[in-house]
Amino acid sequence: MSYDLKLRIWRGDANGGQLRDYVVQAEEGQVVLDAVHRTQATQANDLAVRWNCKAGKCGSCSAEVNGMPRLMCMTRLSTFEPGETITITPLRTFPVIRDLVTDVSFNYERARQVPPFTPTAKQPKAPFTMFQADVERSQEFRKCIECWLCQNTCHVVRDHEENKAAFAGPRFFIRYAELDMHPNDALDRKDYVQDEQGLGYCNITKCCTEVCPEHIKITDNAIIPMKERVADVKYDPLVRFLGRRSRRNGPESLKDWAPGAHHHA
Amino acid sequence: MPSEETFEHHDYDVVVVGAGGAGLRAAIAAYEAGARTALICRSLLGKAHTVMAEGGIAAALGNLWPEDNWQVHFRDTMRGGKLLNHWRMAELHAKEAPERVYELEQWGALFDRTPAGKISQRDFGGHRYARLAHVGDRTGLEMIRALQQRAVSIGIDVFMELTVTDLLKDGERISGLLAYWRESGRFVVFQAPAVVLATGGIGKSWKVTSNSWECTGDGHAMAMRAGATLVNMEFVQFHPTGMVWPLSVRGLLVTESVRGDGGVLRNSENKRFMFDYIPEFFKAETADNIEEADRWYEDKRNNRRPPELLPRDEVARAINSEIKAGRGSPHGGVFLDIASRRTPEFIQRRLPSMYHQFKELADVDITKEPMEIGPTCHYAMGGVEVDPDTQASRVPGLYAAGEVAGGMHGANRLGGNSLSDLIVFGKRAGEYAAAYAKGLGTDRPQVATSDVTQATQDALAPFRGEAEENPYALHQELQETMQSLVGIIRVEDELRQALENIAALRERATRLTVEGNRQYNPGWHLALDLRNMLLVSEAVATAALERQESRGGHTRDDFPTTDPYWAKHNVVLALKQEGRQAPELEMKRQALPEPPPELAELLEDAH
Repeated sequence: MSYDLKLRIWRGDANGGQLRDYVVQAEEGQVVLDAVHRTQATQANDLAVRWNCKAGKCGSCSAEVNGMPRLMCMTRLSTFEPGETITITPLRTFPVIRDLVTDVSFNYERARQVPPFTPTAKQPKAPFTMFQADVERSQEFRKCIECWLCQNTCHVVRDHEENKAAFAGPRFFIRYAELDMHPNDALDRKDYVQDEQGLGYCNITKCCTEVCPEHIKITDNAIIPMKERVADVKYDPLVRFLGRRSRRNGPESLKDWAPGAHHHA
Repeated sequence: MPSEETFEHHDYDVVVVGAGGAGLRAAIAAYEAGARTALICRSLLGKAHTVMAEGGIAAALGNLWPEDNWQVHFRDTMRGGKLLNHWRMAELHAKEAPERVYELEQWGALFDRTPAGKISQRDFGGHRYARLAHVGDRTGLEMIRALQQRAVSIGIDVFMELTVTDLLKDGERISGLLAYWRESGRFVVFQAPAVVLATGGIGKSWKVTSNSWECTGDGHAMAMRAGATLVNMEFVQFHPTGMVWPLSVRGLLVTESVRGDGGVLRNSENKRFMFDYIPEFFKAETADNIEEADRWYEDKRNNRRPPELLPRDEVARAINSEIKAGRGSPHGGVFLDIASRRTPEFIQRRLPSMYHQFKELADVDITKEPMEIGPTCHYAMGGVEVDPDTQASRVPGLYAAGEVAGGMHGANRLGGNSLSDLIVFGKRAGEYAAAYAKGLGTDRPQVATSDVTQATQDALAPFRGEAEENPYALHQELQETMQSLVGIIRVEDELRQALENIAALRERATRLTVEGNRQYNPGWHLALDLRNMLLVSEAVATAALERQESRGGHTRDDFPTTDPYWAKHNVVLALKQEGRQAPELEMKRQALPEPPPELAELLEDAH
């Protein structure tokens, strides 16, 4: 059953642009990305859009659909009213390259700043003995498909370009939480995530959790526990007395850490 | 215009093309060997097709079955490949996979665990023991993240959204490559004596496929244009279980883990039809009745495996036959049922992505109702012919690893052997490429300006056309041809027709025209990808016509059985002449290498 679908797609580049109207043929069971592809194939060959798997697994086709941050491949046309015009715009938090494609390099720079997994002295070499109950918390965060919808939605940076220099964003807070909860990781990144990656900017409004296509409980399961740990360490007299030794693994200094620093340049 | 074109220039020892599992692992290996290494990906980092792998990584860790070891894994792999695999690759793969899996754990991967706290392993088709290290049904994501985070943390130079168009040579040797930034359309020249191709598959030439837009066979085609050979191209794996409805997601993969974890296949008469399709080759190890098959899930020692877990080629053909016989599901597939066999809690814990995928895309709750599935083009067994130890192609300086390399999987790949292939041979390719570059000393091949000029002119040709041929339309026609004429079941006159169609499309492709400018222009990108897809499609159809037998991922209706001659021969393809517009394929039959006695012994009862 095919029908005519009305689309309004933002076309333009860093110098500006506008919404353009298209009417394309759509079929039952299709998603927004299908309609964008149809537009591209039949009316606008050069319409720029990122996508890869079209299955909600790679996190490439993020955009704002009627103002809602969504994966276009997981947004079914049947969720809209018949006859409704669907408006598709690029992610607002990142600079536009062209049409629906934005410059998300901010996220890849932040990824380079993550001090990697570092095994404990007790189990320095895999295979590690780790139990399912102990890996499960970190596994939740490793479901992240890096679609950057949480980064795009977070109001700390959404309309505050100036905060980007000091704030890593929800995707990276779950990455730090994941490493922190890894049963065999030795590094203590609590000060680093607070002081260098801007955890303190987050005021837990949960906007990130709401848009996560993987349904990761970003705020409740990662950010709040991280904030609690930071607070514990900062105000725990015993910890201060012992020189901030992690109660689990014993700390390793992050002072000399830099991407690639432990290898040749 | 090309004459005014200025080029961004880079100089490296090793350039890795592709950042899926194989490319990432190769780059890490090359970098750790001391080579100046660049990693190029045409999407953003972490989006490569590896991310979609679901079931797991096959490695004989022996965590659940102490009896498992590399010899059993080797035998399973060779049997699954209908003994057409390069024995040495299968040997290295089986021996080294466990170490490579532990390395991922060392770099932060968090696999599901056994009760004893070891890496858990799951059952999959063709594997004698539960062997696949996994994380729910998102193992590929875990692999790509672990490798990506490793590569980034050690500081490898990554070039994202950069597409390679051509390999460059100085005499017989690789001298570098030409690429363009997707964002700006500007060209980039890399001078490097060693290039590792890790470009993945070719599925985008078929209409129903599990593959993403990136799987256009670029590496296969570029290798050929540079003088390398391709082997086993007729073997294309159609995964038995792709979604069939809604049309929008037709072809999307449904993991084999559904069957490994208890799911069964039924036809419209509610019959578990796989019992009717157990081939002689696998009779001894396959249950021939429902009772024994069901007991196997609880007691694997005393029962044989259910026929739903036969290798993928067998299951895909069986499904195809049921559909053709009119016993299919409403939307042209068959039923895959786990709802009636496992609890909703079990299904949601073991198969979270599948639950999510069907719920969101098809309004189907797989804990309550069966899925409708059918075969989907999934994997190219064929690829660049490489030395099994070093992954070197016939062109000095050119290496290939992962799906773009041929030989490892023979006529059919076992599930789970792809992810292990990526890390085993990715590492080898990176190491040997680094060693080759180092060994050259000051005798390094140079990029010739004239080659660069020619390659950029070819790449920009679609902007000079006069709105004659549309790349999207041409792509669709190619997909129709490959789907209907070079699919699961093949026959001589259809293959000849396919070759005629491809020749006509190739001629029309010389008049491709794109609108707009060079800045992030998908129409232009597709026009460039098409020339690779056309060449690779021709290679598949040519090899398929040559092999007059049925084996693994190549079934000929006109030659329905295996042939002893073809059990000992490969089809090898090369490109006869330079000249991009009219490539002429050169084909030869090549004797299969014989395994040494100690390995042949492992295969004695496998024939």
